[in-house]
Amino acid sequence: MSEEQKAEKFLELFNKGKEFTEELLRENQRLRYRIAAIETDAGSDEMQRLREQLAQLSEENRRIQQRFREVEEENKDFANRYIEIEEQNNNLANLYVASYQLHSTLDFREVIQIVQEIVINLIGAEAFAILLLDEKTNELKAIAYEGEDAMPGIDLISARLGEGVLGTVAKTGESYYVNQDVEGGAITVEKPLAAVPLKIKEHVIGLIVIYRLLQQKDAFSAVDYELFSLLAAHAATAIFSSKLYSQSERKLNTIQSFLDLLTTSS
Amino acid sequence: MENANFLVVEDSPTMRQLISFSLKRFKNAKIIEAVDGVDALKKLSGPDKIDLILTDINMPVMDGLKLVSLVRQNAQLKNIPIIIITTEGAEEDRERGLALGANAYISKPIQSSHLIKTISELLSV
Repeated sequence: MSEEQKAEKFLELFNKGKEFTEELLRENQRLRYRIAAIETDAGSDEMQRLREQLAQLSEENRRIQQRFREVEEENKDFANRYIEIEEQNNNLANLYVASYQLHSTLDFREVIQIVQEIVINLIGAEAFAILLLDEKTNELKAIAYEGEDAMPGIDLISARLGEGVLGTVAKTGESYYVNQDVEGGAITVEKPLAAVPLKIKEHVIGLIVIYRLLQQKDAFSAVDYELFSLLAAHAATAIFSSKLYSQSERKLNTIQSFLDLLTTSS
Repeated sequence: MENANFLVVEDSPTMRQLISFSLKRFKNAKIIEAVDGVDALKKLSGPDKIDLILTDINMPVMDGLKLVSLVRQNAQLKNIPIIIITTEGAEEDRERGLALGANAYISKPIQSSHLIKTISELLSV
């Protein structure tokens, strides 16, 4: 083969290679367009699906947040309710113990001692007096007191029924509260922090009068008023029944002595 | 805390009953009562191992502060947690009680929930 023939053969091969390459490039371009088109179609579906999922999740998130707020509110309510129940529980325990102790004896002095313990330990009073009404003279007189240093004259309290704060409380049967000595020194023997009638139904037999609370107790709390009234009612029946019992014991002794005397003399 | 033995030292029967009532919140709690410090020391040397002492301050025969001091000096009793429950609410009273070795100081009138919380903390319930 001559040099010229070789060159023509090479050129022919080269041209075939060129055509093949060009064809490959076209096919490549066509396929790339196709892939891009497929990707675009698939992408829009996927995007749509993701958008829907996002919307669902956002809605779910909103609902969860709403529920969380509701649960949080419920939780606050439960916490407040728990505190209220704790207070009520404490109140009931105090009342149970107080009434149990008050009705555990018929000895008048013991009952008074128990009333004093209750007023100090459960109410938190430092200076107070227990007054009984003498129905013959219509006069209230202190039969027990605590805190003479804090309230001089507490031992000598006496008031006539219907006169002054103490007499009015005894007459009306309505409790009297100042709660705290805001003016400082405004509390006097005649004008206490609180005066609660010892009532059996509507019949007032005396008063519990408070002049000063313990140092750590600033003022009466909301539950104190309720507790105080309930305690006063129990204290009243306990004092009254123990007083009656003492009187009947005395009468029984007198009658027994009289009978003994009659038996001996006959 | 289950099966704990509590020693309640109080001269007032009302307060003894009230404290004991609160302590019944602890499952199977055994409550031993003493009327003053001397009575408490007798109960402490008894067969029951005491897990916690609750004592008043103002009591006849032996007061609560003396009791705290004696318990802390006793090698066998010194680790028993002690709570003082008293009407003495001044800061110096509190400091004195804690300085003698009491673990907690509660002023009367007591709130049952506060007492339970304090005991739970001391006994690490």
